Amino acid sequence: MSGGMIFAGAGAVLFTMGLVGVVLIGPLLRRILAFNVMGSGAFLVLVGLAQRDGGADPVPQAMVLTGIVVAVASTALALALARRLHRLTGRTTLSATDDD
Amino acid sequence: MTDPIAWLILLPLFWATAAFLLGPGRGARLAIAALLAQCGLALQLAADVIDGGARTHAVGGWGAPLGIDLAVGGLSALMLVLTQAIALPLAVYARAYFADGAPAVRYFWTLTGFLLAGLNALFLAADLFNLYVTLELVGLAAVGLVAAGGSARQVAAALRYLFAALVGSVMYLLGVALIYGAHGTVSLQTLAPLVDARAPAAVWIACGLMLAGLMLKTAIFPFHYWLPPAHGGAPAPVSALLSALVVKASFYLILRLSLEVFAPLAATAATALGLLGAAAIAWGSWQALRTVHIKMLVAWSTVAQLGYLFLVFPLLAPDGLALQAGVMQAIAHGLAKAAMFAAVGVLMLATGRDTLEGLAGVAGRMPLTLFAFGLAGVTLMGLPPSGGFLAKWLLIEAALTHGQWGWVAVVIAGGLLAAAYVFRVLRQAFLLAPADSPFHPVPRSMEWTAFVLATASMLLGLQGVELMSLLAAGS
Amino acid sequence: MALNEALILAILASSLVPGLIIFVLAESRIRLRTTLNLFGAVAKLILVGVLLAGVSAGEIYGFRHTVLPGLDLVVKADALALLFATLSAVLWLFTTLYAIGYLEGSPHRSRFFGFFSLCVTATMGIAMAGNLFTFFVFYELLTLATYPLVVHRGTPQAMRGGTVYLAYTLGGGALLLTGIVWLHGLTGSVDFAHGGYLSALGPDYGGQLQFVFLLLIAGVGVKAALVPLHGWLPQAMVAPAPVSALLHAVAVVKAGAFGVERIVYEVYGVEFAQSLDLLTPLAAVAAVTIVWGSFRALFQNDLKKRLAYSTVSQVSYIVLGTALFGPVGTVGGLVHLVHQGIMKITLFFCAGNYAETLGVHKVSELDGAGRRMPLTTLAFSIAALGMMGAPLTAGAVSKAWLLDGAAEAGMHWAGWVLWTSSVLNAAYFLPILWRAWARPAPAVWPEERVPARGRIETLWLLLLPPLATAIMTIAAAVFADSAWSPLAWARLIAAREYSGAMP
Repeated sequence: MSGGMIFAGAGAVLFTMGLVGVVLIGPLLRRILAFNVMGSGAFLVLVGLAQRDGGADPVPQAMVLTGIVVAVASTALALALARRLHRLTGRTTLSATDDD
Repeated sequence: MTDPIAWLILLPLFWATAAFLLGPGRGARLAIAALLAQCGLALQLAADVIDGGARTHAVGGWGAPLGIDLAVGGLSALMLVLTQAIALPLAVYARAYFADGAPAVRYFWTLTGFLLAGLNALFLAADLFNLYVTLELVGLAAVGLVAAGGSARQVAAALRYLFAALVGSVMYLLGVALIYGAHGTVSLQTLAPLVDARAPAAVWIACGLMLAGLMLKTAIFPFHYWLPPAHGGAPAPVSALLSALVVKASFYLILRLSLEVFAPLAATAATALGLLGAAAIAWGSWQALRTVHIKMLVAWSTVAQLGYLFLVFPLLAPDGLALQAGVMQAIAHGLAKAAMFAAVGVLMLATGRDTLEGLAGVAGRMPLTLFAFGLAGVTLMGLPPSGGFLAKWLLIEAALTHGQWGWVAVVIAGGLLAAAYVFRVLRQAFLLAPADSPFHPVPRSMEWTAFVLATASMLLGLQGVELMSLLAAGS
Repeated sequence: MALNEALILAILASSLVPGLIIFVLAESRIRLRTTLNLFGAVAKLILVGVLLAGVSAGEIYGFRHTVLPGLDLVVKADALALLFATLSAVLWLFTTLYAIGYLEGSPHRSRFFGFFSLCVTATMGIAMAGNLFTFFVFYELLTLATYPLVVHRGTPQAMRGGTVYLAYTLGGGALLLTGIVWLHGLTGSVDFAHGGYLSALGPDYGGQLQFVFLLLIAGVGVKAALVPLHGWLPQAMVAPAPVSALLHAVAVVKAGAFGVERIVYEVYGVEFAQSLDLLTPLAAVAAVTIVWGSFRALFQNDLKKRLAYSTVSQVSYIVLGTALFGPVGTVGGLVHLVHQGIMKITLFFCAGNYAETLGVHKVSELDGAGRRMPLTTLAFSIAALGMMGAPLTAGAVSKAWLLDGAAEAGMHWAGWVLWTSSVLNAAYFLPILWRAWARPAPAVWPEERVPARGRIETLWLLLLPPLATAIMTIAAAVFADSAWSPLAWARLIAAREYSGAMP
């Protein structure tokens, strides 16, 4: 197995772990971290699969860079919202009842 | 520099930033003026596409592998026109709605500008990765709008929405990564001939991941859980934007990808998508029939109406009926739902209540708004001569031509269910008002914008030929 | 745009435009609203007159707009269209006058007259629809526009009536839509044609076409109140009297009956429908409806409900006439479309007068009403006798043609159905007449609102319309042989539907 495939495999594992976390974990901060794990997994797959003749392919690198920027922004927004929710209600989880 | 393609993205970015600096008062005026220009640009672009067919635009003159290409075809031109046409009246509406300086207004214009820039860019994007970026832009702006009111319920709804949107886009991104790994490109045009039914497993997985991510964002049953609190809890102009446009963006992507790049693979999932659509119609309508909050009713109706869009997939065929039906439904529902949320916003301001019960007697007091709600409701029920009716007609015809009876029953039943929940509202409005019920006057401009949107969704049914010729152009 | 296109659109616009203006009028602009209403009604009548003259001279009026590739909205005026259009236009004028008097001083009149005008527009559209698609568009528009009228009073009963009405009519509309799209898939967009257009499909499609016929007839049968789809009609009687009069005696139920005629004559073609064995079941349903409606009417004490069941029964005369294979039965059905409308609207006007003037809603309260309101009761009596088929009334003419038609078609049982219904009609109308004329009046009426002033027993605007339509009931029989009678027009249509000679 080439180095690239190891990265990709690890990325897939991270992605799955993150996904499970986002779906199952209650506390918001951990959920946001889980999302970041998920995102990192996707980035790893992107970089890992795109090895060209042993050298790195610059296009996916650029994409990952963009992706990281997006992820940072999303994380910031999620943290801000979670903090706001904490301040307003004192809760750090989303309850099932606030839908209605 | 005069290409409308670039300006459709730049202009909203510009006024979004300016509105942040100038404040909501001047920001609103600037936004309305700019939206007028955007409408002109979108129409010009549509005219170009009808005359000259699909075309691409290299941003900054750099060209594809190094720079970013934007592309416009019939479908995307149609969506662009729809987006600007809905946004402009809603902007006029929002200006009056937020006139009292509600907390949500501080960021409304800025976020709306970014949202529209993201939507326009999404419709114009020509490769899978830019689609990801625009999806995120749209998602983040939409979440911001939901949260802008600042109440605990709105923040919770926004968080819920944010998680759905983020998970959806990361799944989509992983799909992009796998595609790039398999084919070394993300350009839609280059990919299309490379993907066929004997694609490697990675491409199948990628296709599944992208589809799942986009479905999560489109809020199709059973991924709809985030939509009612987000759309039902936000201020009326925001709900209107989200229900009318934002969910359509990810549907547009599913439709476009399954028509262009993944056409050989799409047939596998088609029936399943159709079944989910049917389930969405049933569940959304059922919830709309049960809820006591008028805005939740409209939000659940969005869940149900999105179901129609997914009925298109099992019926896609070279005769194009189903595609026309889907596009018609997307446009008609966009206009009607914007009108409906706008009308509901007016009714809620006027009566000061958010329940169906509070509506007793509004037929006598606000006939224009109720009329707007009714017309929008007619579109949702799919009764003539609305755009929704043409969509339903095309769907039934497509189903009958392929001998797929079940979908006919779904469409017909869905229409009747829609009638049941729309008339829940109308019926209440015709009741005699309790003598002591308070009543606040509402600016006429809000009533009229709701009415204009509703009328547009109605008259759409008479202009199908023009829309379909644009759809056919450059595809 | 050619003059002929403009004319036909003007007919639709003559009620649509005033209607839309009325919607935005303030409640207090009574004079402007009345002017608009009457202007529209008179303009429509004149336009219909122009078209009548044109069509009998062989002129062609039509307008076509393509809404989707292969899907056209077609409005055209042919002889059959004008039969219904003329009826609606004439009765609209009278009902408008009546409604102005009836609703004087009540709230939400702008809304009422706005939707009222929309209803008339939809009825005109149904009459002049040039293909099934267009027919459906206006058919559903009629459903939507009548709902606010049914629930106009905003009371819980009105709401219940409205909900039942919607459940039936929207359900029927769904069936109709399925059938229409199905046919569209088989034939593409085809206009109504004399003698039908489906026979060209060939015998392979027989089974499908039978099923589609079932869908279509069930769809229009809801509005035509065919048993067992008639349940909404008595419930919808909660509406104000002018609504019951025009819409539930003329526009809505006639839209259904008219739909049956279009489907049998100009989609399937009467000869092709006969070859598919579709007419006999249709006649059977109509026969059941005729007898059942009359039978149920016997037991209604509420005057408007009795009239409603009577409508259920009488509208099916039209359907029966359509189902009798042969030109004579066709003429009977067509002419009854007009005659029943005139007679039934008279009855509803009178029922409204009793309710509005004296507060009388029940048959049992009608004792002596003839002395207090002789003119109204006279009109009522003429129309009721007409319904029974008494000589010198319009009812006698239609019944004679229907009976001959039954004999010609060899369906003698249909003749017996008609006789049975006449006996039942007499059984539920004659007691009313007897009470009104022969019994002494009570000392106090339930709720007397309009005091008698000499010979004028109630408001002029309430009195004139029923008198006018009662006179028409007689005139239609006395002048049946003149060139402009409904009968003459029905014969003209029948001659065009059958390849044979004029009956």
